[in-house]
Amino acid sequence: MQRQSSFKYEGQKLASWYFTVAVILFGVQLVLGLVSAIQFIYPSFLYDILDFSIARMIHINALVVWMVYAMIGAVYYLLPDETGIEVVGIGIAKLLFWILTLAVTVVVLVYIFIQIGPGKESTIWLITEGREYIEAPRWADIGIVVVVLGFLVNTFLTTMKGRRTGIMTVILSDMIALAGLYLAGMFFTDNISMDQYWWWWVIHLWVEATWEVMVGALAAYGLIKVVGANREIVEMWLWIEVAMLFGSGILGLGHHYFWIGTPEYWWEIGALFSSLEPLPLVGMFIHVLYDWGKEKGIKTGTGEDTSSNNTPALMWLVSNGFGNFLGAGIWGFFHTLPQVNIYTHGTQFTAAHGHLAFFGAYATILIAMFYIAVQGKYGIKKTKSHICFQNGDIPHNFRGFRNDCGTYYCRI
Amino acid sequence: MSKKVSVWTDNRFWQRSATWVTGFSAVLLIWLTFDTMGQISMGTQKDINAHITKRVPSSTVINYKVEYKMNQRRGHEVPVIGGDDGKGNSLFKIKEEFFGRDDYTQKEADALLHLGKLTSQAKNCMDCHTLLGNGAYYAPDLTKAWLDPMWQKDGPMQAMTGKKTKEEAMAEFLQHPGKYPTHARMMPNLGITPKEPKDWLHF
Repeated sequence: MQRQSSFKYEGQKLASWYFTVAVILFGVQLVLGLVSAIQFIYPSFLYDILDFSIARMIHINALVVWMVYAMIGAVYYLLPDETGIEVVGIGIAKLLFWILTLAVTVVVLVYIFIQIGPGKESTIWLITEGREYIEAPRWADIGIVVVVLGFLVNTFLTTMKGRRTGIMTVILSDMIALAGLYLAGMFFTDNISMDQYWWWWVIHLWVEATWEVMVGALAAYGLIKVVGANREIVEMWLWIEVAMLFGSGILGLGHHYFWIGTPEYWWEIGALFSSLEPLPLVGMFIHVLYDWGKEKGIKTGTGEDTSSNNTPALMWLVSNGFGNFLGAGIWGFFHTLPQVNIYTHGTQFTAAHGHLAFFGAYATILIAMFYIAVQGKYGIKKTKSHICFQNGDIPHNFRGFRNDCGTYYCRI
Repeated sequence: MSKKVSVWTDNRFWQRSATWVTGFSAVLLIWLTFDTMGQISMGTQKDINAHITKRVPSSTVINYKVEYKMNQRRGHEVPVIGGDDGKGNSLFKIKEEFFGRDDYTQKEADALLHLGKLTSQAKNCMDCHTLLGNGAYYAPDLTKAWLDPMWQKDGPMQAMTGKKTKEEAMAEFLQHPGKYPTHARMMPNLGITPKEPKDWLHF
């Protein structure tokens, strides 16, 4: 039974498409992650059919792509909300969505069925680039750039035409940097030191700078939306976060240049700046708790209902604050000093950090955005964290109660 | 807002700070990148002839003996080419044959390297193996595979593959990994051997 969608804008409908694909890719990521994990224990599992290298590649690529989808979706969702107008080129935006989705499907099918190619340029163009996280073949690289460019132009024009908020300014400049950095990962070189130098420009400056700023902006939007936080305070925090994240994150890039043949001064630069990287993450965690507590306190004072209007989203926002701080901050700090890193470099410790950080920092905030979109789609005034059924079969341990939207049946 | 606010709670102040901090970091990063690019550009046979040690030496190092020694000046182990002077500096003297030759020209060596690097990407090596600390941690680290005792004269791999040199043993293994089970096997692929010299020579 499909209810009429209550989205106010077409841009938000498009966002829900992006979110849908993101969730599917999230599923792909989980399945392939599971396959890789099984192969660690039983190496013969799917040997020569879907080897670890392929399973793992799809696992990490699905990760990157679902997050990019969810981020684009999140921007399309909040764009009309923030600017107060419809996305300018919504028709083109929808077309680009289908092109991107088609391209992603083709790339995944090639990954699964063709897997690898001969050591020729054609492989790099058509099958795989064989570079961790950005294996996508070059034709897809170019396609991605075109689609993202369309998305950027749309965001830019909409922001310029509509109301210009601090959140939109941050997102817009961040998206431009984010897209530009992808270009650094699109060339081939025989020199592996050079290769890795630029590879880290993409990877590090994405996940430890531009993506983190994106998280800050999404959290800011989420807090305004979910607990009704004060925009001026939230945006001030956001600017402080941007200063701290970029201030530490950009030169923190040095911590990847300890052992790849680059000059020794990167030891000092990398150690200094990357040890500062956890600070903004602590700040972000405090910020979420602060706003949540403050708004709750005000409501208690005036005798209003203190619950937030989207409990699952709020819970994911809070877990984002904590997860980001734990996975990216603490786990990252553990091994960011060269003296420690010389022993942890190239070990499973990095994998542990990668998993905790990606989940804590990015998965959580994007899942919060999913919940905000679900709320928007069905026009729910207050989303609760119960499993609810409407009519239909009601399990015996569920009980009905009434709320704004009718009778729901929830687990007791 | 009409009432005077402290600079610390002024959004404009923080916005400007964020812009300045970001700009400053970015400019510094770009400047350092230029410096690093110069230092990690690949050397040539001319450098070797002139005994100039480059961070990333010429592909013609396949003509020389390559080891890994503590360098006093740089404070960590570095690849040493053609013997060392006891302080971790390359002497570029001791040669070593690679597939029966030690006179590869710059052009030949570059071509081999190019093919090797392309192959390493085309086969997705790094989604199981590690190179310079990057990659997956499922299969052995390849960074210093060239110096791995497993493949040396008295190591098990030469005996197992029935080859007399480590490069021949590696080539044989890479072409038929299924025949020589060691642990979790690699998939059979076109083991183009020249890839090897590149991997260990960095760092």
